[in-house]
Amino acid sequence: MAKQPNKQDPETTGHSWDGIEEFNNPLPRWWLWTFYATIFWGIIYTIAYPAWPLVNKATAGLLGYSTRAEVANDIQSFADANAEIEAKLAAADLTTVSDDPELQSYARNAGAAVFRTNCSQCHGSGAAGSKGYPNLLDDDWLWGGDIEAIAHTVRHGIRNETDEAHYSQMPAFGEILSDEEIAQAVAYVQKLSGQDADAALAAAGETVFLDNCAACHMEDGTGDRAQGAPNLTDAIWLYGGDEATLTETITNSRFGVMPAWGPRLSDAEVNAVAAYVHQLGGGE
Amino acid sequence: MSSTDTPPPLYSAREPVFPRRVSGKFRTLKWWIMGVTLGIYYLTPWIRWDRGPNLPDQAVLVDLAGRRFFFFWIEIWPHEFYFIAGLLIMAGLGLFLFTSALGRVWCGYTCPQTVWTDLFILTERWIEGDRNARVRLWKARWDFRKWRLRITKWVIWLVIGLATGGAWVFYFTDAPQLARDLVTFSGHPIAYSTIAVLTITTVLFGGFAREQVCIYMCPWPRIQAAMMDEDTLTVAYRSWRGEPRGKHRKAEDAEKLGDCIDCMACVNVCPVGIDIREGQQLACITCGLCIDACDDVMERIGKPRGLIDYMALTDETAERAGSKPRPIWEHVLRPRTMLYTALWSLVGLGLVFALFIRPEIDLTVAPVRNPTFVTLSDGSIRNTYDVRLRNKNGEERPFHISLTSDTLLRIDLEGTDNLVTLVPADETLLQRVYVTAPAGSEAATADRTPFRLWVEDLEGNERAHNDTVFNGNAQ
Repeated sequence: MAKQPNKQDPETTGHSWDGIEEFNNPLPRWWLWTFYATIFWGIIYTIAYPAWPLVNKATAGLLGYSTRAEVANDIQSFADANAEIEAKLAAADLTTVSDDPELQSYARNAGAAVFRTNCSQCHGSGAAGSKGYPNLLDDDWLWGGDIEAIAHTVRHGIRNETDEAHYSQMPAFGEILSDEEIAQAVAYVQKLSGQDADAALAAAGETVFLDNCAACHMEDGTGDRAQGAPNLTDAIWLYGGDEATLTETITNSRFGVMPAWGPRLSDAEVNAVAAYVHQLGGGE
Repeated sequence: MSSTDTPPPLYSAREPVFPRRVSGKFRTLKWWIMGVTLGIYYLTPWIRWDRGPNLPDQAVLVDLAGRRFFFFWIEIWPHEFYFIAGLLIMAGLGLFLFTSALGRVWCGYTCPQTVWTDLFILTERWIEGDRNARVRLWKARWDFRKWRLRITKWVIWLVIGLATGGAWVFYFTDAPQLARDLVTFSGHPIAYSTIAVLTITTVLFGGFAREQVCIYMCPWPRIQAAMMDEDTLTVAYRSWRGEPRGKHRKAEDAEKLGDCIDCMACVNVCPVGIDIREGQQLACITCGLCIDACDDVMERIGKPRGLIDYMALTDETAERAGSKPRPIWEHVLRPRTMLYTALWSLVGLGLVFALFIRPEIDLTVAPVRNPTFVTLSDGSIRNTYDVRLRNKNGEERPFHISLTSDTLLRIDLEGTDNLVTLVPADETLLQRVYVTAPAGSEAATADRTPFRLWVEDLEGNERAHNDTVFNGNAQ
């Protein structure tokens, strides 16, 4: 240390290109050792952890670590942590879930996950549905919109092969009524829902309606939830309320189905998704 | 230079540095700065500040789990992170200002690496003696005395490192509680591992790596060089006055030779082990200790002080030409530094202003876009909004939500029949809000209708609003 440096003669690497020389600024030796240490660490790491690819798998590593096992552990730890409230939710009286903020919050979040996994394929990720798949955000329900009715629909589904499924079937009136009668019925239904319709056709359609439709849809057209018969007087249409769609519906009928989720989901999951759907804005 | 057959080594060992004790005005300034900065660092977590029953009473607390930052009377929420960004901008501009005016003054006086290294050298000197004794000990065999001194020093370093790492974790949770937990071995493992890592790095950096950190690890020296110009004050050697250097053995020597008596005092006190007489160099942290050492020697041999001094490049040109250097304030006050000061103050004033107009309650509105609207059975159109209500008070408050609009709109809250919702103390509540336009009304049939959501703290008499839009079915 404290050596007298010679300013006139700085050390160079000895390399010379066209008279241009390179100063020698040696790296600190500890830097070199740090570099060796990282190589050593890298070797140890590949021995301790899964690393080297083989034909079908990779070397397992001495520590036996795997990311899959870690995920499985994480999932298990959350399942363990939630076990108590899951049991509470499975056994809960659904009408009182909203009185318990903790349970309500858990049901809503768990239900949202269940919904996104199992329901969003048809009803949409925002639960707004689409043609033929009911919108769950509005205040119109085919089979009832209180939380227990929703849970029943989720558990047993609609028009599937299970015994307790909601089941109703509208006849295909194309084989029963003439085209003229169908046109009259369409006009009458349009008038019922407050749309513009041919007055003469609509007047004639009332008779057709009362004879053929009122048994399920009621004389005033407000429908019957016990039979899953839609309310025809409101602004909400599952398939569409225009003339062409109504004609198609009356002629050929509709047969929307929903699977029974009871066999696939746990009681807690059914209750959770019912609570979730119930609080989306249309629950009764 | 000619090529040689054996290439020079590409790696070199660290040359140990044994800084000699020195006293003088810069050393005194450094002692004061060390005392104040270390004092602030070690004591701050222990200052108490009463914020009421629901909030922590630690004056400075980074509550990572609760996502809050407490600083005396100020509480920063995550959405107010712009305060941190603003402070970082101020720190950056402050560094620009100080570097362009005073060179690497940050490195020389306030950088934690410098402060802790100073503390470690102080301990070293206390245990092993001053420079000459330390050089002798370094060369000595590893006998009992050397082991005894070395181990004593290392233990004290370890204690300093432990205190350093220990103080750090107190900033992140309640200090007295954590201190009790730590000594009863019931603290969180993360606290212990953080302390362990910081203890090791403190001892390693302050005790062993020292100037290697500044020269090889730190990016600041490189960046700071870009901010310096010919008016920047930096530590320099007046070679035109000092050279040719040599020992003044005889009276005539003093006439032939310059003022530098080649006593090596400036080199011996240097904490990074350089010779300032070679001129400005990357390793120099401009701590000013060589100035103190040289002034002391100049005083003793009866020469004027300032052979090594703070000066700017323009001073060198002026002095070599025989004119007087400009006063320091003329170097410091120049357009560049004034611009930095102005920008720095502007950001600072902006932050202070933002701090005072911050409301205690706040809301953000996120319209639900999936779907944009829902048609209800009576034909009315409903929009849904996710409204986040922030209550920064230390107690639960009832928030009343309402809307103002040019057209007819109705507002409802999910889960409550009246328009009031309770927001817990110091928390954010997510409240779903429904806004409905009657069938066929202007808002229901239009594409977009702007309206304003209001939230009012019924107890605090404060309110806030947020503008958003209502989507009709015209889309």
